[in-house]
Amino acid sequence: MHTLIQALQFIGHNGALPSDPAAPTLVHLTLQMLAISAAGIAISLVVGLPLGLWLGHLHRFSFLAINVSNIGRALPSLAVLAIGDAILGLGLTVTEVALVILAAPIAMTNAYVGIAGVDPEIVDAARGMGMGGWRILWQVELPLAIPLVFAGLRTAAVYVIATATIASLAGYNGGLGYIISDEQSYHQSGVLGASICVAALALLVEGLLALLQRALTPRGVRLERDVDDEGIEAILPVTIGG
Amino acid sequence: MIGIAASLPVIPTFGGAPSSYACERANRLFCSGWISQNWSTVLWPALRQHVLLSLVAVAIGFAISFVLALLAYRWHRLERPVILVSGILYTLPSLALFEILVTVKPLGLSARTAEVALVSYTLLILFRNIVTGLRAVPDDVKEAARGMGMTERQCLWRVEIPLALPSIIAGLRIATVTVIALATVAAYICDEGLGVPIFAAIQDGVFKTELIAAGGLAVVLAIVADGLLVLVQRALTPWARGRRLGAAR
Repeated sequence: MHTLIQALQFIGHNGALPSDPAAPTLVHLTLQMLAISAAGIAISLVVGLPLGLWLGHLHRFSFLAINVSNIGRALPSLAVLAIGDAILGLGLTVTEVALVILAAPIAMTNAYVGIAGVDPEIVDAARGMGMGGWRILWQVELPLAIPLVFAGLRTAAVYVIATATIASLAGYNGGLGYIISDEQSYHQSGVLGASICVAALALLVEGLLALLQRALTPRGVRLERDVDDEGIEAILPVTIGG
Repeated sequence: MIGIAASLPVIPTFGGAPSSYACERANRLFCSGWISQNWSTVLWPALRQHVLLSLVAVAIGFAISFVLALLAYRWHRLERPVILVSGILYTLPSLALFEILVTVKPLGLSARTAEVALVSYTLLILFRNIVTGLRAVPDDVKEAARGMGMTERQCLWRVEIPLALPSIIAGLRIATVTVIALATVAAYICDEGLGVPIFAAIQDGVFKTELIAAGGLAVVLAIVADGLLVLVQRALTPWARGRRLGAAR
């Protein structure tokens, strides 16, 4: 309890808005972490989403598309960071590469499952109305797949923030993990304070993405698929077959 | 203390013992000599601890989730709050959760703390899959079972749970793989598991062989555990053999 109070005091003392980059505050470090994570998620989406959407649209390579995320899950983020350190050397590059390796498969698998799972009759109807492949994907399949695509995005975001924190243990001196990995300087209260900030950041991002998902999901789909709101479970039913 | 120094000078001796291999002194990507020399003192104990750490976490997590899932299966109203709480636990970044738990009085820097955190990551996955599996049992199957004179309890244990096994084991697979991956981070607070050599190697100035060996072992362990659970599922659900239980949606 005492440590908790000290940790909250630590957050209070160091929570001022960043003014001098040379003396980073918690806000500064949190924003830095957000930036690292956002970059990781953005690259993962650029790599994973188009591939997942396209393969899902074609209904091809389902085994690969589904199992790649299971393999991604088996990779311990610390091990990925460690092996990256060994090959590329310590630093931001390794962190971002690890983030993408861990997050891109999740984004891809969920996009694949979302698109491939669209009722074929709906796609037939769209084709019967004269729609081409692109329009079907963009105007029919994607809106219907939004809940699953977003579930993937949310899981990926959670993974990325967690991994960005761990990156500090693998030698990257940036973001809040920097404080967590340096108990000698910041004491237990500082470590706890930074951990609370990381946890809050993860919950906040997850919550905001959930709201964004709600706003982007067409109303008809929302009613039908209300159960899908919880995020990660999207991957679960798929693994039954694997 | 496992803190990382800001500057990392490359010291020619790694892994404690004085270096006897050229590839080790040169810090090449992979030095098989170092591995065979340190297998029984460094890697094997870490692997054993890692297996134990993961096994205990999954077992406890499964016990808790199973009870909660059976309760939520009967009383629907329980499902939302359980999902909400376990969802929040699942969302917390592992390192942050470890550090938060360390400050909780009876836990501290110990394997117990690591277990609590690891268990908390299994709950959402296991609970969800058990409940989903049970809910997916067709009503006419349950009616047939009751019609044959089974009591509610018999129906649950002999019909509903066996039919939910594919979904339950799918959950176990994800939970196990997740726990094995996260348990490497646990070494930061409890000096157990494959994270120990990983942290040691980073501290030793990024000793590549040890990083790749320990990281690789963690990946192989996850893949082997996943494969074993697939075999368990095959053995437990002989009726599903030869039939593809593809994507549920």
